[in-house]
Amino acid sequence: MARELIKGNEAIVKAALLAGCRSFYGYPITPASEIAEAAARYFPLAGGTFLQAESEIASINMVYGAAATGERTMTASSGPGMSLMQEGISYLAGAELPCVIADITRGGPGLGNIAPEQGDYHQIVKGGGHGNYRTIVYAPNSGQEMCDLTMLAFEVADRYRNPVVLMTDGAIGQMMEPVDFPALAVEAPVKSWAVRGNAETRGNLISSFHMLPEELERHERHLEEKYAAACRELVRWESWQTEDAGIVVIGYGIVSRILRTAIGRVREMGIRAGLLRPITLWPFPEEEIKRLAERVNGFLVVEMSNGQMVDDVRLAVGGRPPVEFYGRVGGTIPTTGELVDRIVRMSEVSHVRQSI
Amino acid sequence: MYVKAYERPQSLYREFERKAEDRRSTHYCPGCGHGNLHKYIAEAIDELGVQDRTIFISPVGCSVYGYQYFDVGNIQVAHGRAPAVATAMKRALPESLVVSYQGDGDLAAIGGNEIMHAANRGENLTVFFINNAIYGMTGGQMAPTTLLGQKTATTPFGRVLQSEGYPLRVGELLASLEGPSYIERVALYDTASRMKARRAVHKALKNQIEGRGFSLVEVLSPCPTGWGLSPNEACDWVREQLLPVYPLGVLRDQSEHREGWVRRRAIVTPAEIPHVLGLRETAETVTVPNRERISGANLHPRIKIAGFGGQGVLFLGKILAEAGMHEGWHVSWFPSYGPEMRGGTANCHVSLSDQPIGSPIVSDPTLLIALNRPSLERFEAEVVSGGTIIYDCSLIDVAPARPDIDAIALPATTLATDAGNARVANVVALGACLAKMGMLNREAVTHMLDDLSREKGKQEVNGRAFEAGYRFVLDSPG
Repeated sequence: MARELIKGNEAIVKAALLAGCRSFYGYPITPASEIAEAAARYFPLAGGTFLQAESEIASINMVYGAAATGERTMTASSGPGMSLMQEGISYLAGAELPCVIADITRGGPGLGNIAPEQGDYHQIVKGGGHGNYRTIVYAPNSGQEMCDLTMLAFEVADRYRNPVVLMTDGAIGQMMEPVDFPALAVEAPVKSWAVRGNAETRGNLISSFHMLPEELERHERHLEEKYAAACRELVRWESWQTEDAGIVVIGYGIVSRILRTAIGRVREMGIRAGLLRPITLWPFPEEEIKRLAERVNGFLVVEMSNGQMVDDVRLAVGGRPPVEFYGRVGGTIPTTGELVDRIVRMSEVSHVRQSI
Repeated sequence: MYVKAYERPQSLYREFERKAEDRRSTHYCPGCGHGNLHKYIAEAIDELGVQDRTIFISPVGCSVYGYQYFDVGNIQVAHGRAPAVATAMKRALPESLVVSYQGDGDLAAIGGNEIMHAANRGENLTVFFINNAIYGMTGGQMAPTTLLGQKTATTPFGRVLQSEGYPLRVGELLASLEGPSYIERVALYDTASRMKARRAVHKALKNQIEGRGFSLVEVLSPCPTGWGLSPNEACDWVREQLLPVYPLGVLRDQSEHREGWVRRRAIVTPAEIPHVLGLRETAETVTVPNRERISGANLHPRIKIAGFGGQGVLFLGKILAEAGMHEGWHVSWFPSYGPEMRGGTANCHVSLSDQPIGSPIVSDPTLLIALNRPSLERFEAEVVSGGTIIYDCSLIDVAPARPDIDAIALPATTLATDAGNARVANVVALGACLAKMGMLNREAVTHMLDDLSREKGKQEVNGRAFEAGYRFVLDSPG
C-alpha cells in the first residue's frame, strides 16, 4: 500500500497504470485535463503510449484500435468531448471492445461552463450513441474510489468486452484526498480474440458490421445476454443510515458527499433520513430501491442537473411512495445548509412525517 | 513439367463469403478498380512475406468487406477514422504491418482530420486512398473529389464551383506536410498504369516494414456503376477526365531519409510500475491523530483560503492537507479551478477531521485565511459564529466587521519581506494558521516545506517566514 494526497484526476492515471493499462489517447478539456497531463507524464515511463489526439473523435477511435490489439487502453474527457466520442463508443460496444473512459462532467448544454454539473447522465448512462448498446458506468465519489473503481473498470471491461465509463463531476476530479494505492501492478490478461499482427491471431476479425438482419439480430441478442449478466453481477451501491430511515435521499458523485454531511445534521435534529448512493449508474441499483420503496415514506433525489437520474429512481419505485427531486444546475454546488433545509421540509409534509 | 506462372495470392482467401451463390468472385461491380488493387496489395504482402504480420483495416464504403478478401488480421472501423485506429494499433504493435484502405468519402470528407494528422505525425503506416470521384456504396453521391460539372445523385445538375467548390487534391495537400515519407498518385485504366500502381503498392508496404514512415498511394480507380458507363468507357473516363485534374506521379518521397522511423515503447515490468509512478510504500498501521494537542476541542476544522492567483493559496492549502494526512487525520482539499486560476482570484477549501469527510466544500468555514481584500469581503459572512479570520493586514486596509469572530490582523506580506521575500506571505499565513489550529505538528510541516523547496536559500526564507507567522499568533494577546 502506498498513500498519497492526490487529485482525483491524477489518481485515475496511476490506478490505470497499476491496472495494466498501457495506452492513453485523449484531448485536453477542463475539468479533465489533469488526466491527460498525468498520462503524458507517466504512460511513456511505464512502457506505454500517450498521444494527444487531434480531437475526441480521433481519441476514441485510437482507443478502438488499441483495444483491438488486446491491450488495456483508456481516454478521458468532459461533456462536450463525450458528445464527440459517442460514435466511437457505439462502435466499441458493437465490436465488443473493452476500454475505460473517464468523463469528468462540467456544465452544459453547448459550451456551458467548466463548473461541476451532472448533466451528462443521459448521454452516458442511457447511451448517447446509436444502436442497442449499453455502457457500464461507475460513479466514484472520492479520491480512493477514483483509484479503486478505475482498477475495477479495467477488469470489468475485459470480462464483459464492453466500454466502461467512470463518470464523476469536476469537483471529485479536482479535489485532493489521501488515496491508498496498491503496491503491486496488475499484469493485463492475454486476449485470444485480439488482432495482434501475428500467426495466432491472423484469422481474427474485429467488427461491428453485420449486414444480414438475422445476423445482426443474433449479435444484438448476444449483447443483451451480456447486459443481463451485468445487471445480475455488477450492481453496486452504498447505503448509509437507511435501516430505520423514513426518507431515503439518493445522490451520486459530489452530491452524495454533501448529502452525507446534510443527513448527519438532520439526524441530529431527530429526522430519520438515510443515504442511498448508486456506485454503478448502469446497471442501476433498482432492486435495492424497490426493496426500500416497500417501507420508506419517500425518496428525495438530489442531482446537479435538471433531473436525469430521478427518472430511473421513479421507474424503480413504480409510483409509491413519492419521489421528490431537488436539482441545482449551471455548475452551482448545493450547500449542506440548503440540502438540510430541503430534507427538513420534506419531513414536515404529513405523509412523510407520520412514520418518522 | 510445367511452371506455374500465375496464381491467386496467398494473402487472399480461397473463397469469399460475401456471395453465397458465387464464392469465387468478389462483390465488386464488373470493371471496378477495387479488385485490381486488392490483388496488388495481396501480391505485395506475399512478396514481402508479411502475411501473418499484416492488419488490414476495412473502412466504410464499397470496400467495407475487405476482411472477406484479405487472409490477414482484420478490423472494420467507423467511417473516416481508420488513420486514428491505425495509429494506435501500430503504436501497440510496432512489428505489425498496418494497412488502411479508404475511399474518397471516407478519407477526404468525413475523415479529413484523421488522415491529415496521422500523415503529419508521420505515423509508420500504409494508406491506400481510392479516388473514384464519387460515393459508390451509398449510390453515387458527390465526393470531395467529384469533378466540376460532374453529375452525381446529389449534384443532379453537375458539381458547381460556387456551391461545392473545387475537387480536392488530397495527394498534393498531404504532400505539402513535412510528416509523410512517400505519396504517389497512380491510376487503373490500362496495363501500363496498372503495373505502375502495382509497384507503388509494393513500395508503400515495403516502406512500413523498413520503418520509413507514412506512405500513401492515391489510386484513380474506375467506378463504371457510379459513373453510368461500361467498364471500358470507365477506363477511358479515368484517362480523359480524371488525369487532367489529378496528375499522376510521385508527389513526395523522403523514403530514403527515413530509416528507423519506428515508435517503440520502453520495456517496463508490472513490478516496476509502482516505482515509476513514484509510489512509496507506507506503513499499513494508520497513525492515530493526536487529539490531546488540540486545546479548542475543534476536531473538524473547515478552512477556506483565498487570495489572488499567484499568492500561493492552493499551495498553502495543500501543505495543510498533506500535514493532516501524515498525522492520521481525514483530509480533503478542494480548489477553485479553470481559467480563473490564471490571474484572477483563487481559493481552496481544506477540511480535517477525525471522521470521514462528507462534503469537501467549505461553505461555512471555521477558519478563513484572506490574502487580499476581495477575498475578505466575499467570504467574511460565511465564517461560522465563533470562527476565526486571519487576514493579511499589510495588503488589506479594512478589518472584518463582525463582532462574533476572532479576527487576526496578520501583517503577512511585511513579515514575509522581513524574512527575505514578499512572495512567501502564504508561508507566514501557514505558520499563523498552524499556531491557531494547534492540531498539527509544526516540525512536520516545516520538514515538508523543506522537502518541497530543495534550495537551501529558499528553505531558510520559508523557515523564517513560517516562524514569524507562528510567533505572531502565539504572541498576540488573547
